[in-house]
Amino acid sequence: MSIVFYVLAGLTVAGALAAVALKNTVHCALALTVAFAGLALLFLELDAQFAGFAQILIYIGAVAILVVFAILLTRGSETPKDTVYSNKWLLGLVTAAAVFAVLGWAVLHSTEALPHETAKPAVTVMDIGNALMGRYVLPLEIVALLLTAALIGAVIVAMHEKEGAR
Amino acid sequence: MIEKADQIFVILSHWLVSFLPVWLQQPVHVLLSVVAIIVTFPALFAITVLLERKGLGRMQNRYGPNRVGPYGIFQPVADGIKSLTKEDIVPTSADAVVHFLAPVFLVVVVFMGYAVLPMGRNMTLVNMDAGLLFFFAIGASTELSVFMAGWSSRNKYSLLGAMRAVAQMISYEIPLLMSSVAVVMMTGSLSPNKIVDVQNQYTWGLPHWYIFTPWGLAAFLLFCVAATAETNRSPFDLPEGESELVAGYFTEYSGFKFALFFLGEYVGMLAISGLGTTLFLGGYSAPLQILNWVPSWCWFFGKVMMSMCVFIWLRGTLPRLRQDQLMNFAWKFVLPLTLLNLVVAALWRFMGDGWLRWVVCSAILLLAYTVMGRLGMRQKHIAPRSYRYAE
Repeated sequence: MSIVFYVLAGLTVAGALAAVALKNTVHCALALTVAFAGLALLFLELDAQFAGFAQILIYIGAVAILVVFAILLTRGSETPKDTVYSNKWLLGLVTAAAVFAVLGWAVLHSTEALPHETAKPAVTVMDIGNALMGRYVLPLEIVALLLTAALIGAVIVAMHEKEGAR
Repeated sequence: MIEKADQIFVILSHWLVSFLPVWLQQPVHVLLSVVAIIVTFPALFAITVLLERKGLGRMQNRYGPNRVGPYGIFQPVADGIKSLTKEDIVPTSADAVVHFLAPVFLVVVVFMGYAVLPMGRNMTLVNMDAGLLFFFAIGASTELSVFMAGWSSRNKYSLLGAMRAVAQMISYEIPLLMSSVAVVMMTGSLSPNKIVDVQNQYTWGLPHWYIFTPWGLAAFLLFCVAATAETNRSPFDLPEGESELVAGYFTEYSGFKFALFFLGEYVGMLAISGLGTTLFLGGYSAPLQILNWVPSWCWFFGKVMMSMCVFIWLRGTLPRLRQDQLMNFAWKFVLPLTLLNLVVAALWRFMGDGWLRWVVCSAILLLAYTVMGRLGMRQKHIAPRSYRYAE
């Protein structure tokens, strides 16, 4: 655990907290982007180049923009006058804590499940590409097909609405 | 001697570093390279702005700047001093923090792209395996800065400009990536250095640049279209269409913040030209084998400046597109062609050497271009423009 890790972890957690606590929805979206960037840098610090760059490309380049568009194109962009906290915050806190506990438990016990993994794995972009195009080509194609279907479906839904409005 | 001229910056950096203790050498070496990048590209930006104003003036039958210094060559300096001393106006209703962060974020992100570009032999700042992926990841985050600028200004023109810019950049990012993927497929690597090395070979004194293959030429042309749109340059400069949106997303920026946006735009253009050079024009390699004595960095910067001249030329020549034309062009013409080009590149790879693959690949691409162009034009009614006057 180096000092870089603590700085990045602090950045990520602060971004995530700000995304929940800030009043203005667009500010929340931008704070969420900071959390995404922190995560990407954490991946890079762990030598996972592909995961880090994909995180930036997809989450900052596309998902953050999508979130922001969704906020602006709906009525959510107005700042609420009173508090932003829901009255069910206790329930939410309990759920979040439970999920965190399960994940934490799983991560902490992962060394017991794989006791012989002592060497640091070296995964280059080339290895990931070979695995995706070789061993995992079928899942990849299924995901691609699913995404294409979703894309076409979204376009059809949007087109239909437009005709109805006319 | 030739070898020395080629490596002059590398040698200079090593010589400067050698005066320092060993543990300090590596960090200072990196720092020197970063400073070199931060100094060189704004200088090129100043030259480009002058070239653009002069060139556009020439194309529009006027002089362009000619008052500051001989032939107006000190105009960029004067502009820089002017924007430094101007008042920085922030609208009262603007979101001050985001308004301030947007130009800073843009400039930081735009400079990061240079880290992976090979600007000469042994002149890459970070030689990483996934360099190309890094470049595109960084390029994608400029959209966020454009949005931040447009939204934080609390101005309808700014917001409209930002929405247009983001929609356009997202649409054209896909063809940009897809046309580069063809190069990655043929090279088998995401590293810009490897891509340049593969192109840096000669047959009969002629280089193996990717632009000299049918799929490479097609990918290069599509890349150029997408790059022009990605940098919001004319004819794709709708986000800052003066007649409709004042200045688009940076309407509410003045003084040095405006200068930062201006710098960001041009440095982004230089970066994407550098990427195009690396991918298709052989990076730092010479166009003929007998010209190999010229230092490699001369070729890189020469090619980049040539691309900038093409950008300026396009701006002086083409009229602006309409929003629906822009989107139709991206999704119905450029994207299908890039996808087809991937298939053609694979075909090129598996047909082996010989003249047959030249004929087949060129024929497929030309046929697709003609058929899709004709189909796209069929619904359009092209006739002399008709005018309607108020009665």
